[in-house]
Amino acid sequence: MTRSNLGYLLSTLILRDFKVRYRNMSLGIFWSLLNPLVMMAVLSFIFTRIYASESGKNYHLTVLTGLVAYSFFSLGWSSGTVSILANASLIKRVPVPREIIPLATVLANGMHFLIQVLLLLVLVLQAGIPANGMWVWLPVVLVLEAVFICGLSLAASALDVYFRDVRYIVESTNLVMFWLVPIFYSFAVIPEQYHWVYQYNPVAAVVILLRKILLEATIELRTIVNLAILSAGVFAAGLWIFRRMKPRFADYL
Amino acid sequence: MPCVEFQGVSKIYSRQSREFFWRFLAEAFGGKKAAPLYALSGVDFRAESGEAVAVVGRNGAGKTTLLSLVAGLTVPEAGRVSVEGRVSPLLELGAGYHPDLTGRENVMINAAVLGLSRAESERCWDRIVDFAELHDSIDEPVRTYSQGMIMRLAFSVAVHVDPDILLVDEVLAVGDAPFQSKCIERLKEMKRQGAILLCVSHVNPLLREVCDRALWLENGRLRQQGPVEEVLVEYEQASGQLSAIS
Repeated sequence: MTRSNLGYLLSTLILRDFKVRYRNMSLGIFWSLLNPLVMMAVLSFIFTRIYASESGKNYHLTVLTGLVAYSFFSLGWSSGTVSILANASLIKRVPVPREIIPLATVLANGMHFLIQVLLLLVLVLQAGIPANGMWVWLPVVLVLEAVFICGLSLAASALDVYFRDVRYIVESTNLVMFWLVPIFYSFAVIPEQYHWVYQYNPVAAVVILLRKILLEATIELRTIVNLAILSAGVFAAGLWIFRRMKPRFADYL
Repeated sequence: MPCVEFQGVSKIYSRQSREFFWRFLAEAFGGKKAAPLYALSGVDFRAESGEAVAVVGRNGAGKTTLLSLVAGLTVPEAGRVSVEGRVSPLLELGAGYHPDLTGRENVMINAAVLGLSRAESERCWDRIVDFAELHDSIDEPVRTYSQGMIMRLAFSVAVHVDPDILLVDEVLAVGDAPFQSKCIERLKEMKRQGAILLCVSHVNPLLREVCDRALWLENGRLRQQGPVEEVLVEYEQASGQLSAIS
């Protein structure tokens, strides 16, 4: 399969996930906008009117950036992990480049993430914070998070074929990550001895960077570089594991 | 030039999950290794451009395993599988089809999965729908299709992607007689254009009209190889004897 055909296959599979999700609903694709909109409206209301923390008047935006980045991670990795099993009939019967399956699943989640990020930008503007030059770093951060999740999913999906426990390990890790990512608190309140946990946690890095870009109009180059190195490393490792295990998938599906 | 060659190919059944981990541990600590069950054992054959080979044998003889190896879906434990050319496998009706998507959407996905680009898929589109005779239902979700309709669609896509090697695994029986004849004609035409066909089928006209040679698999071993009439006669005699005894 040539390079360009691979690109077409990837986009076809991503669109397939999208269509299937909303196919039988009367409002269809509208839900991919409505769900994040409702979530953001409710959270904004709660964190501006009800629980107005001393952390500043844009606390709802702080929480939302954290939540949006985290849910891409958690949903992307969970669905990526089970993607090989979910496409068992395809893998057993048709010769596809198998890496494309977890990649398409993660990137399909990425599309929803993109929609949520755009809505977030709207909310930021509406809160009176103008767009600034640092927004050019946004695509970089989003792509790096996607690369990281793809790497994790490649490894987990391959292992899940042989050891079905892996999906439960992933679920537990996601639960832990929910608290290890500063969603409801900011980086500033973390005691210094624990800083390293957050600096080497790519999802936390993404959240911190998003907040800096959107709310403070600054950027932390060192964090971006760390994130890039970690994401690339995880992706390379995930790809290596996947390639070692993929020849025998069909025997175990 | 498309070519398929098996040299001393053996494949072992993989023992499945539940005991997998415990047995793995036991063997790692010096426990007795369970005797492997061979799906295929020492198979040698070669198919050249323009040849149609029938693969016959009882259920469980290893026919689907052989086709899976040709398609590159799995790897042998011993021996060498060499395949040159684009492979279009028809191993299961509607493999990879999603019931909620329409025929049109599933065909486009199927074509992309088989390696076509967007331009190529759109070019073949009309011919695929014409051959399958499904103009009325092509935009209905596939869960409303009958088995026969799914087979028509799958077969139509498989032959129109212009493959060098076509693998057909017992799917023709689902079609009605007129459509089966259409398929057989199309298979003969592909043969003339230089494709390799590997057919597993219980549909006699397919075997006798299309195929030149036959491979008879028995318990994973190649029991006989030769002109299709010869092998089929022997095979039917052997199966006839078995059913006479029971």
